[in-house]
Amino acid sequence: MVAIETRDVRKRYGTLDALAGVSLDVREGEFFALLGPNGAGKTTLISTLAGLTSADSGGLSVMGFDVVKDYRQARRSLGIVPQEIVFDPFFSVRETLRFQAGYFGISRSAALDAWIDELLDNLSLLDKADKNMRQLSGGMKRRVLVAQALVHRPPVIVLDEPTAGVDVELRQTLWAFIRRLNQAGHTILLTTHYLEEAQQLCSRIAMMKRGAIVAMDTTDHLLNAFSERVLRVIISGELPPPLVAQRTKQSGAWHCFSINDYAEVEPLLAQMRMQRVAIQKMEVTEPDLEEVFLKVMSR
Amino acid sequence: MIGFQTLLLKEILRFWKVGFQTVAAPVLTAILYLLIFSHVMSGTNAAFPGVSYEQFLIPGLAMMSMLQNAFANTSSSLIQSKITGNILFILLPPLSHWNFYFAYVLAAIVRALVVGAGVFLVGLVMAHIPVHNGAWILIFALLGSAMLGAMGMIAGLWADKFDQLAAFQNFIIMPLTFLSGVFYSIHSLPSSWQLLSHFNPFFYLIDGFRFGFFGKSDVSVWLSFGVTTFAFLCLSAVTLALLKSGYKLRQ
Ligand SMILES: Nc1ncnc2c1ncn2[C@@H]1O[C@H](COP(=O)(O)OP(=O)(O)O)[C@@H](O)[C@H]1O
Ligand SMILES: [Mg+2]
Repeated sequence: MVAIETRDVRKRYGTLDALAGVSLDVREGEFFALLGPNGAGKTTLISTLAGLTSADSGGLSVMGFDVVKDYRQARRSLGIVPQEIVFDPFFSVRETLRFQAGYFGISRSAALDAWIDELLDNLSLLDKADKNMRQLSGGMKRRVLVAQALVHRPPVIVLDEPTAGVDVELRQTLWAFIRRLNQAGHTILLTTHYLEEAQQLCSRIAMMKRGAIVAMDTTDHLLNAFSERVLRVIISGELPPPLVAQRTKQSGAWHCFSINDYAEVEPLLAQMRMQRVAIQKMEVTEPDLEEVFLKVMSR
Repeated sequence: MIGFQTLLLKEILRFWKVGFQTVAAPVLTAILYLLIFSHVMSGTNAAFPGVSYEQFLIPGLAMMSMLQNAFANTSSSLIQSKITGNILFILLPPLSHWNFYFAYVLAAIVRALVVGAGVFLVGLVMAHIPVHNGAWILIFALLGSAMLGAMGMIAGLWADKFDQLAAFQNFIIMPLTFLSGVFYSIHSLPSSWQLLSHFNPFFYLIDGFRFGFFGKSDVSVWLSFGVTTFAFLCLSAVTLALLKSGYKLRQ
């Protein structure tokens, strides 16, 4: 089943094509990353999905519900963590969450209160439950936004740069929680500028540039297609000619050799021993999403 | 239904939590008007035979306070949520334009009635106020606060900044309230002004409301009822159309 579907979605702001025909499918249970530089159109796409912005043309659906025609079911299926930190200064954390549940038609009950406590506990906010929103730090407010997005138990969760301004430790806590939700069957769509996070967490990635999708594939395929595993060495003296022929790149003092897997390491080293090469420094670098990103964006 | 109830409760709590500003302050303002005007104007010809100026003034002031506070409630709530961005919290859930309309307008009515009751209770201490027909009093109180609640929604949706909202308030709401006969009977005005007053829907709200107390009015209470109901329905239709189209909420 398709959890999120967008078909040729277009949105113009004046002369700017914020979305220039975006089509993508996110399947149920996927952990999907939407990457792209600032201004690529990620937030605009999320806004059209959430019904905060109307697309000029094209169609969007969440769990099979059209976001315009079946907006009630579509919105019930969707939890959005917005990019900007917003809060209502009139209320405490707990009140904020109770109201949010209420807007989705969930009445006050012991079960709801237990779920709110569970959310707060998972987000390390339990001790702040009765504090006014104004008294929270930026990172705490952002975690309240995460709790707000989840309070109606949506099957599809969209996080727009959820870790911006959140410290390392809490980022880990947050991701551990989101990962558990994903394992429990929730579909996750995420935007982030921390590419290593996307690489670790997401099974599939779409990259956007100027309102269009420029690459979309599984994380493994993207890494294989645009990035490599490399054995690099710094040696004393010159690299002998037979090895120069095999060298794929030289960057500074490093001589780089692309390898497909670790079985190729030993033959390379054996050759170096034979040529009496004295290795000063050596490392194997893994394929890396940052490299993929830079290559895709410069195409 | 729960979604609507929650939004209504939120809108009521929003003003109630700062009741000192939203309820106590307007009541105090009305008391000041009452003290000053009844002192300055005491002995002036009463508008209706057998009705003192003070008696005449109190229902007018109560209605004026209700109108201003109903307007303030919806307009300030909307513009605050728009400017702080937390309007998002009610745009993401599956709430319909009817849900928005009724929740905001009902909360405005609640605030208006609380403020109006406050002014009226203080008025009771200062003068004897007869009640000729409680039903008309209630009808005009509800119509007036609902009408201004809807107007506040239109203004709150339209305005992008607080000063635009202030302009709406100063150039539309204030003149209409002050020229509606709160402080005088329009019969004491030159005839051209009298004519102009008949185009002011607030005049009918106040005139009809006074009828509920004194059984006397400048125009027929049924005319006032008709005009204000019509104005209320028009404003509501505009509000609902704006909400449905997502005007300035969902671009
Ligand atoms: N309300 C708006 N009015 C005008 N331009 C907008 C508006 N919202 C977004 N844009 C423009 O659309 C483009 C995409 O923005 P956005 O979706 O926020 O990008 P991203 O989230 O990928 O950083 C940007 O150039 C931005 O300036
Ligand atoms: Mg963005």
